[in-house]
Amino acid sequence: MGVGIEVTNLNAWYGTNHTLQDINLNIPANHATALIGPSGCGKSTFVRCLNRMHETNPIARVTGTVVIGDLDIYKDCKPVEIRRRVGMVFQRPNPFPTMSIYDNVCAGLKLNGYTNRRALDEIVEKSLKNSALWDEVKDDLKKKSGASLSGGQQQRLCIARALAVDPEVILMDEPASALDPVSTSKIEDLIFQLKAQYTIVIVTHNMQQAARVAEKTGFFLNGRMVEFDSTHKIFTNPSDKRTEDYITGRFG
Amino acid sequence: MGGYPRSPRVDALRKTLLKLQEHNFRSRVRTVTDGAATGLAILSTVLVVAPLVAIFIYLIYKGASSLSWAFFTDIPKPVGEAGGGMANAIAGSAMLLGLGSLIGVPIGISGGIFLAEYGRGTKLANAVRFTADVLNGVPSIVMGIAVYSLIVVPQGHFSAFSGGVALGIMMVPTVCRTTEEMLLMVPNAVREAALALGVPNWRSVLAITVKTASPGIITGCMLAFARVAGETAPLIFTAFGNVGWSSRLDEPIAALPLQIYVYAISPYDEWHRLAWAGALVLIVLIVMAVSLVRYVTSRGVLKGAS
Amino acid sequence: MSSNVTEIRINQVQFQPEPGAPGGEPPAGGEPYEVSAIRSFLLARGNSALADRGFQWLMVLCALTIFGIVVLIASELVIRSQLAWKTFGFDFFFNAFTDPYSHLRMYWDPVNGHFSALPFLYGTLVSSFLALLLAVPLAIGVAVFLTEMCPGVLRGPLAFITELLAAIPSVIYGLWAVFVLVPLLREHLNPWLMKFLGWTGFFGDDNPTGLGFVAAGIILAIMILPIVSSLTREVMTAVPNSQREAALALGATRWEMIRIAVLRNARIGIVGAIILGLGRALGETMAVTMVIGNSPEIHRSLLANGSTMASVIANEFAEASGDLHLSALMEIGLALFIVTIIVNAFARLLVWAVTRGAPASTH
Repeated sequence: MGVGIEVTNLNAWYGTNHTLQDINLNIPANHATALIGPSGCGKSTFVRCLNRMHETNPIARVTGTVVIGDLDIYKDCKPVEIRRRVGMVFQRPNPFPTMSIYDNVCAGLKLNGYTNRRALDEIVEKSLKNSALWDEVKDDLKKKSGASLSGGQQQRLCIARALAVDPEVILMDEPASALDPVSTSKIEDLIFQLKAQYTIVIVTHNMQQAARVAEKTGFFLNGRMVEFDSTHKIFTNPSDKRTEDYITGRFG
Repeated sequence: MGGYPRSPRVDALRKTLLKLQEHNFRSRVRTVTDGAATGLAILSTVLVVAPLVAIFIYLIYKGASSLSWAFFTDIPKPVGEAGGGMANAIAGSAMLLGLGSLIGVPIGISGGIFLAEYGRGTKLANAVRFTADVLNGVPSIVMGIAVYSLIVVPQGHFSAFSGGVALGIMMVPTVCRTTEEMLLMVPNAVREAALALGVPNWRSVLAITVKTASPGIITGCMLAFARVAGETAPLIFTAFGNVGWSSRLDEPIAALPLQIYVYAISPYDEWHRLAWAGALVLIVLIVMAVSLVRYVTSRGVLKGAS
Repeated sequence: MSSNVTEIRINQVQFQPEPGAPGGEPPAGGEPYEVSAIRSFLLARGNSALADRGFQWLMVLCALTIFGIVVLIASELVIRSQLAWKTFGFDFFFNAFTDPYSHLRMYWDPVNGHFSALPFLYGTLVSSFLALLLAVPLAIGVAVFLTEMCPGVLRGPLAFITELLAAIPSVIYGLWAVFVLVPLLREHLNPWLMKFLGWTGFFGDDNPTGLGFVAAGIILAIMILPIVSSLTREVMTAVPNSQREAALALGATRWEMIRIAVLRNARIGIVGAIILGLGRALGETMAVTMVIGNSPEIHRSLLANGSTMASVIANEFAEASGDLHLSALMEIGLALFIVTIIVNAFARLLVWAVTRGAPASTH
């Protein structure tokens, strides 16, 4: 089951660039939350702060509190530990090029020392079924390499890989932006089904996509979070004029 | 154009005509220069390719006739006797190269991993990289006498061990730099994917990044190997050479390039023949290694990583 | 709210997945036993901070061995050359002695313990510069041809051949030089040089063997060609195409375009490539040893025998008579080490300045 995320006074810098300013929000458990906003407004940075990937950049800095479930991720544990509980799917599919499909899916487990072969078989099958890829690859699991799939399949493979470690939260940074419409709709179906089990945070450029899959939506602008409310309200009756301008297409 | 009445129009015409003649002349000069430059460039290329072709043809011609099964199985016979081979030199080279690789490859690859993964952009990494490049230019004979001073003198005798060390420290900078170059080619997305799964950093570097770059890293090692395989100077005062079989680390040992050198400067025709044969064997091995490296890199070093 | 907003009103009820779609209903709670087993397994894994730090330090250590190697070589050479340094001081590089019996000028006399490095300095410099004189025009010519003029089909094989030249070991060059080049010089080139260029004073009548500086210069030239040419090609390729197009658009012929746009811009890098070639020539041992004649004397004639710093070490080290002899050789080795380091460092800086820090190739 998923857990909720509480963000308090989050500020983030890339060097001297104050990328995120005073972000406060509560992301509900077992829901899909969309983050929308124009390019460069900080949504990707925000999401990367949630699993401490932001720190992989040597000039990055973060202050504030992020509590996932019952864990203050910046105080109570190291980045490695939080990343096992929060999965991430990137904008461009990035399966491991030297590994087969099977190895890709259970990479998160094998590389952390999990060796139970039979259990791994079951986990791989379950993850691929949950990411709607099983039927397409079930015959070539160990023969085909992860990189030989199509773009949409690769992204679903990455989702399966994230699912295999059984996270509580899944972060998706524009997961469908590099994909064709058919793959995009498949991914959206997936998100719709997965949110029953996990908490999903999805960054998207595509407002229609946010409206389709998410219950709550947050609108980011210039490093600040302008509005965070139910998707229905954001798209029909936004409280802030800037939100209204964005969703009606006046900018961005 | 004398005799014609001078009028402004005629003068202007004359000026234009002269300019045109000058222009034609200049453009002809320019064309000729262009052609001459092209010709010189082609000539240079021919002059560069010619020695290589000449060397190869001569090697094959002289070496092939001296090659026989005995070459690969016999050790050198005493002076004056016909026949004999360089079997011990080939085996000795193999042992020295193995020893050198054992030292050079792990240290080199680890250094490369530091440069690409941990030290990227730091001053220390820049200093290491620069020093490695400069070290690549140090004459191998200097390496040889340094190792002589370091190992042979305290031990009191020449040894295969010291030869291996000399070759090993020659391999370190080369392997280090090629490893770094190959690791830098791994796209960052792959590293991020591993980190986002909660894989510990060291495991991600080894099992993901290095593994992805491993075809390139291996070819880098092969390049260093091929380069060191032909080195003679560092072995003259360390491995020293041996007319018989040797498999102990603390005894002098024969090596193929060393043997070629000794035979080549000797006054005996029989040994000259053997030198040519040995040179042919050596060059074939090196060319095979270099061609393999080129083949692998041209096919794309990283399998499908994009 | 304005009517624009209502257009975007979208039903919050999302479309249902079609029946039979892959995945379908997620298993409610899944197989809880399996799920929590994974989670608890991963939760129990430590944060591996120790392994991370240990691994990182191991990598740093290995990188530092590069410095260690340099320090090692330098210290061994300095220690072993102390004796010669104390005996001769800095004049080691400039001295000349007089042989007590023949009253001739001598530089390198192991028997009487007189050692001067002057002939070897001379030999190294002369052979290297001769090699540069021969190699640089050819190398630039090849680079120009391969970069600007060569039809694409030929480029790969020709570049490969040039690189192959770099892979041939020194001793094989030496072998070929001894049995092919030297007789060629002896029979044909040297007499020609003596006849037509003897008036310059550089081609005197000293040496009927065919060995000597000319032989060494030629074989060295062949050996440094690949490195100079491939680095020149690298810096030439680094010149942006816009420069070439600008020159051509002004009506330049191809050679003028090369001269104005490419060579002028790549000037610094080409100088760097030349200096790198020089660095290689300075330290080249085996091939030079086999053809230079190995005589520790200084003659003006390029046809005479001579010796270089590297060749005297190669020849005499293994049978050095006495500590002073060995120490003198070590000091020559130290000088060679320092000189090649300075030359290479300078050249690398130049090449880096042009290619802007792109990883230098492993030449």
